This record gives sequence, structure tokens and C-alpha cells, in this order.
Amino acid sequence: MYRARLFAVRHARAFEWLYARLETVIVALDPLFARIGYDRIERPVAAVERVTKGLLFDCRMCGQCILSSTGMSCPMNCPKQLRNGPCGGVRPGGYCEVKPEMRCVWVLAWEGAARMKDGGRINDVQPPVDRGLEGSSSWLRVSREKAARLRESSDARRTAIAHAFADARAHEPATAPLAPEPPSAVRSGGGR
Amino acid sequence: MTAGERLEFPPWLPTYEEPPPGHVSGSRLERVLRQGHFAVTAELNPPDSADPADVFEAARPLVGVADAMNATDASGANCHMSSIGICALLTRAGYGTIYQISCRDRNRIAIQGDVLGAAAMGVRNVLCLTGDGVGVGDQPGARPVFDFDSLSLLRTIRTMRDEGMFLSGRRITRPPRMFLGAAENPCIPPLDWRPERLAKKVEAGADFIQTNYIFDVPVFERFMARVRDLGLEGRVFILAGVGPIASAKAARWMRNNVPGIHIPDAVIERIEKAANPAEEGKRLCIELIQQIREIRGVAGVHVMAYRREHQVSEIIAESGVLQARVPERNRASSTADFR
Repeated sequence: MYRARLFAVRHARAFEWLYARLETVIVALDPLFARIGYDRIERPVAAVERVTKGLLFDCRMCGQCILSSTGMSCPMNCPKQLRNGPCGGVRPGGYCEVKPEMRCVWVLAWEGAARMKDGGRINDVQPPVDRGLEGSSSWLRVSREKAARLRESSDARRTAIAHAFADARAHEPATAPLAPEPPSAVRSGGGR
Repeated sequence: MTAGERLEFPPWLPTYEEPPPGHVSGSRLERVLRQGHFAVTAELNPPDSADPADVFEAARPLVGVADAMNATDASGANCHMSSIGICALLTRAGYGTIYQISCRDRNRIAIQGDVLGAAAMGVRNVLCLTGDGVGVGDQPGARPVFDFDSLSLLRTIRTMRDEGMFLSGRRITRPPRMFLGAAENPCIPPLDWRPERLAKKVEAGADFIQTNYIFDVPVFERFMARVRDLGLEGRVFILAGVGPIASAKAARWMRNNVPGIHIPDAVIERIEKAANPAEEGKRLCIELIQQIREIRGVAGVHVMAYRREHQVSEIIAESGVLQARVPERNRASSTADFR
């Protein structure tokens, strides 16, 4: 919902605080998640995430959430899906080039970031989205990444992206994950 | 491969030159900028033709004027000859070129391959752009790609160049020696954040910046003051975008239909009231260049004279920015038997 999205950006500081608490809880739950099995809880958690974040942020379930680095304005709502915006086409008053009736997602992001304690994270250069992770839970991914504290992955491709975008990975580990993914968190086949 | 083996591949196999010390690419543009000269780049109008002669025809007005010519990549989402094709032809004839990559049309697999291809053809400058949306172009039904954005693209090419690997982690045996460019649009919202985004582009890997049109010098001055405050002076070469306005009508049309163009009303009025609007547009462009070159931190100008390319050499000559310098064609890198 567009209005909820604007609300989230206006209250970016409160949401930042809330998100930091949520992250602490989720990371603390890693041993429990691991015992039940990340693969088994992936779909139910992703469903909860889809509904709550969908309502608040118009979340598109990229699976690599960077709301805390983008002033609580979801970059996937940008028609160009920029992860490092805004582009050079912003209209007078801060409206979108492609959808002139919508405020630019990235103008909102910079406004939101200015309200946040750690708003400087918007200066991190974000990697491109891994389209194979769309639809999966970003919360569980953060939990896995923070608990595992890996510096390299068994998959060289993942290590390369994490090193090339080290600044983004430091703050938002889900953007360049290194831990092995449970099968249910990865989109497979020709649909990619 | 030995020199003898190279000769077995007629008619033409160039050596892949490594950049001189202190340079990332060794391109003419990079050398000119690092020597502290005021650089001139200009946009080339890409042909709707498969004939190489049409590329040279389009380049002709910019020869001897520009240190490098930008070959646009389907700008405004309109289809024309590809940037890589134009750059390959002109580079082999000894001209400086800037290969433009828009993220709109190709994904990460295509782009990384094209960067190697361009480098192999001798192209040494690349400009990384997000690209206009497909809706403003001649084929609005096209699928927009936007797999990368301009910043992730910059970081990727920097990784290819400096780490010698693809984003997949796979090694590149001879990395692409590219002078990395990015765009910025200092005069459109969010004005307060544009300098920060420029800093982010430098962080991502930009060696030089070409800005969109500057018609509002006070706004650009404030932008540059903030850029200097952020400590970016000396870390990136900034070329300010300028161009002649043909008429008040054309200016209004551009402002309303081309994304990201800011032209103050006062500028349009001045053109409207002039007896000869095209001449006044040229005068204005020369004045803008002269004002812009006085701003600390500006390393050159980028002239975008769409369909007014014939005016570029006069504009540059009358502005006096090249002083006695003539950006000659590099005959050593061109080849006599190139067909």
C-alpha cells in the first residue's frame, strides 16, 4: 500500500529501532531454527514475511532485504528496481520518471535515511539482486548469515560477490549471502 | 602469442597494450586528464545504418575537437547502431571513444562479455549508465532489464579490471583496461543528495564523471561546493555536460519529454527573445562553458549537441578551452589495411 509505504519512511527511525530488535531476536533463534531445520521453516516464515512486509513496505520478496540501508523505502518498488538509486530521471518535486504519480522510491529512501541513526548505510554500494533467491525469507537468511559468520563460501561465485561488495555485506549480510541455502529457499529450473 | 604468430592472422591483429604507470587504461582521455588539461568530450549521433561510412560521417564534426567521442547506447530507449560497434570502428581508426553501457537492455552475462569484447577491440573508456525507461523510447513494449544499476555495474567492471575476475569469481586471463565513467545529474532532485550519490559512484569505481546538461550554473556551483566538501576533488575527474539549444520550442520539448533535463525559464526566455535563436543557443553554450571552467574541481566539458554537431567545433574554438591543444587522431594505433 502506497500510503503505508510513505508512513514507514516518515517513521524510518522508529522502524529502524524495531527492525534492529527483530534482528536480535531472529539471530538469537538461530540454534532453534537449525534444530527444526531451516528447510522446514522456510515456507511458513516466508509467508508471514510476505504478508507483514507486503502491507507495510509493498515488499516484493526479493529475499535480500536492505530496508535498513534504504530509509525503510523498498527499492524493489522502483520501476527500474535500482538497488543504488535514484536514477537521473527524477521529476520536479521528487516524482518518478516512469510512474509520474508516484514519489521516487529513492528520493524517499534518502529522506528516510536522513531520519535514521545509521542512515549512512545508504552510502554502501549494493550488489545486484540474486534472482534465484526471490520469494525466499530474508529474515531467515539474516539469521543464518549472522550466526555462521563466514568469510568465504563453498561456492566461489558467492565469495566473489561478497568480496566485491564487502561494504554492503558488512551491514546487510543477506545481500551477499555465504552460508549454504536450504533447498526450499532457492528458485530452481527454467523459471529464472 | 609470438609476433610471428600474430602475423598469421591477417589483416589485422593488434597487440593488447598495458597502460603506462599511474594509469588504469592509458586512454587518450585518461592521459589528457591526468596531465591536468581541460578535457573535451562530445556526444556522437549514432547512425540508423549498417554502413561504416555513416559512422565516420557522424564522427566528422567532432574530429580534432573532442578528446573522446561518446557513442550512446540506445539513448532515450531509441534503437540505433550499437555503442560497441561504433566504438570498435572509430577506435581502430585511431579516435578516442567512450563506450556507453545502459543497464536497461542487457543482463550481467551479456554486459561482462561485451566489456571484454570492447577492450579487445581497443576501447579504453566506458560510461556506466542506468538508462531511461523503455516507455519513452520507440519500442515501449520492450522488456526492461535493469539487472545491474549503474553502481553495481561500475563495481563489477572495476572487479574485472583490478581483480581480474568476473562477478562469478572465474579468472580473466587479460583483464579489460578500462577508464571507468559514470553520469550524474546535478540539477534535478534530490538536489541535496546528488553530491552524496556522486561520492557513492566514486566508491563504486568511477574514475571520471560526465554530467547531464547544466543550464543552471548557480545550482551546479552549489553541487560542486558540496562535492569539494566531501573530499572528492582529486579523486575523480568531473566533466560538465553542456549543449546548444536550437530554439525555445526545442528547449520546452526537451524539458517535457526527455527524462532528467532541467532548463530554467530565464534561459528559455533569452532564446525566445533573440533575433536568431540558434545563434543565441550557441552563444549561451559558449558562455556556460566559460563560466563552468572557472568552477574549482571541473576537469572538462562534455558537449551534447544532438543534431547540432556541426556547431561543436565552433563552440569549442570560441570558448577557448582547448587553448593550443588539438586532439589529433592517433595514427600509430590505426591501421592502414583496416577495411
